[in-house]
Amino acid sequence: MFGYIIRRSLYGFPILLGVNLLLFLLFFYVNTPDDMAETFLGEKHITQEQIDNWKQEHGYALPRFINTAESFPGVITQTIFWQKSMSLFAFRFGRSDQDNSDIGTEILRRIPYSLCITVPVFIFSMMLNLFVAMIVAFYRGTYVDTWVLILCVVMMSISALFYIIYGQMVFSILFKLVPVSGFDSKFPHYFKFLMLPILMGVISSFGGGVRYYRTIFLEEINKDYIRTARAKGLSEGVVLFKHALKNAMLPILTNVVVMIPFLIMGGLLTENFFGIPGLGSYMIDAISRQDFAVLRSMVFLGAFLYVISLVLVDISYTLVDPRIRIG
Amino acid sequence: MKYFLNSWAFQNVLVVLLILLLAWIVMVMRQSEYWRAAFRRVFKRKLARISFVILSIYCVIALLDSVGFNQPLRDTEGQVQCSADTGKVLRDEQGMSLLDYILTPLRASKEKTYSAPFATHQFTKETVMDETGNSSRKYPALKHPRRHLFGTDKVGNDVLYIALKGIRTGMIIGGMTTLLVVPFAILFGVFAGYFGGWLDDIIQYVYTVLSSIPSVLLIMAFMIVYGQGLTQLCVIMGITSWTGLCRVLRGETMKLREMEYIQACEAMGVSKLKIMFSHITPNLMHIVLITAVLGFSGRVLSEAVLSYLGIGVGADTISWGGMINDARMEMARSPIVWWKLFAAFVFMFGLVLPANLFGDALRDALDPRLRTE
Repeated sequence: MFGYIIRRSLYGFPILLGVNLLLFLLFFYVNTPDDMAETFLGEKHITQEQIDNWKQEHGYALPRFINTAESFPGVITQTIFWQKSMSLFAFRFGRSDQDNSDIGTEILRRIPYSLCITVPVFIFSMMLNLFVAMIVAFYRGTYVDTWVLILCVVMMSISALFYIIYGQMVFSILFKLVPVSGFDSKFPHYFKFLMLPILMGVISSFGGGVRYYRTIFLEEINKDYIRTARAKGLSEGVVLFKHALKNAMLPILTNVVVMIPFLIMGGLLTENFFGIPGLGSYMIDAISRQDFAVLRSMVFLGAFLYVISLVLVDISYTLVDPRIRIG
Repeated sequence: MKYFLNSWAFQNVLVVLLILLLAWIVMVMRQSEYWRAAFRRVFKRKLARISFVILSIYCVIALLDSVGFNQPLRDTEGQVQCSADTGKVLRDEQGMSLLDYILTPLRASKEKTYSAPFATHQFTKETVMDETGNSSRKYPALKHPRRHLFGTDKVGNDVLYIALKGIRTGMIIGGMTTLLVVPFAILFGVFAGYFGGWLDDIIQYVYTVLSSIPSVLLIMAFMIVYGQGLTQLCVIMGITSWTGLCRVLRGETMKLREMEYIQACEAMGVSKLKIMFSHITPNLMHIVLITAVLGFSGRVLSEAVLSYLGIGVGADTISWGGMINDARMEMARSPIVWWKLFAAFVFMFGLVLPANLFGDALRDALDPRLRTE
């Protein structure tokens, strides 16, 4: 098992290397360090000297891939690619281009805020969606099924932006139940700040989630073991909630584990609208401040988490389904 | 180059090409009994019929908004102005589309600033002098009372007109991206699935790398490097979304490759390219069609989010995302200015819901087992 995990994780390395190269091309070839310096210095008449100084300060003054001026280890290590791109593998994210703060510390500081929103949204919405999906599968082909499905399509067709804006309008501005935005990390206070973002998160994932889980259940329901269970005389409820649910765990799990990067990266929109200082708002700030270093780190982190979660999917398969053996 | 790609004329050529292509695809499909039967099944549903009509209306508006001309400049008396030395008619730099021309009354009915839907008076107070010379603060009467279905915005433009102009942007984002995605996905998917081996490995590697970056992050990185713009947005959305379709097509091709009719083709010595493109690809088109229609609505929704985040089509292109972005300030006013947001909501919902319903109907008619999220 342990060997399998190691081997499976190593498969992820070439993929992350590809991601790294792609980011490097995008951020250092398409957009050269000189362009970056010009963006930051932001003046109309900047001299080459100023640009060179800025590059020196931020460590962009090195050659990109191969440093011919250095001897053996330096040939590779004293380059932008090694210091700015490969260092991401060691989680050394470096410093922000804009305010020189340490990106790694900032990310660690912000993760809990993101989790505060995304974990409850994730748990509540999964429970709600699974429950509704099972009910719908139970009443498949009846008008309950039809109407819930129509509701789902309607809800899927509304942008998450509208849910958040209308939610704020109704709950905060009209009824004044909760504050419009902001965050307080003290224990009882944060509930009132978290309630609305969580509610909106659950609502905006409802349509897609229910439909997805419904297809999974309907696929299971047409299988032979369900017919056997019915033939044994089990009630439809037991068949669905006990037998079908257990077997549907596999595709559900895939969907769930792949959500991990999004849990940690936070809801971009939610954090932006409700003023929660998590990773999502970190990225949005980076966009508005043109902070390339932060953005590069966050994209790599996202890809890293995704690759890790794929490994977790495979491992969790073996836990859920004893038929899957690993060599 | 970037400016040329984002120019009005270039995009218009693309839109017209896109619609011609669509017409050609419909013509080709009408030839085959398989597709005729499939569409009979789709159109048996009332919802699908209604959705199709609504989508067609959106298409027509987008087309009208893409065919235009440069109007001659007129002086205050309405006389066409000519250049003094050459005698040529001077033309407005800003192109005018047929839609603008049709909506001239709407375009011309400008107010000074905000006014609510169907209002008779302006939304904000102004100091007005009456005949006796006394000044007072009151709501001035509108120049065109009860004419604005969705009110007017901050500079007095009719919101309905702006929302209608947003249709073209939405359709370009949905449609042009699909046009970019589909050929690549088919090409790579079929090659990878049919040949296998190292070609398959490379193509798989490329799409795994691209799909392992959460798409919103990749879009962000790309847009911050290349800057805002409609064309850039279409290209990057294409890059992030061909991978899913490619993966499905590769798997399906691998299945088809083992079928008897393909093996018969091989035994008879049909060339590999001909097998791939005239025997395998037609049997994948139902997947392509379903994914294209369902992907369309997703892209229209993402445009709004990206424009809101400041990495969308940019401020000089009218789009629903931009309208929502403007509304951010308006919602903070008291009393709130809700109609611009509402108009964007109505028009987006009016496009995305039919697209979703039609996509579902297509899927149910063509391949009910295809799982789409």
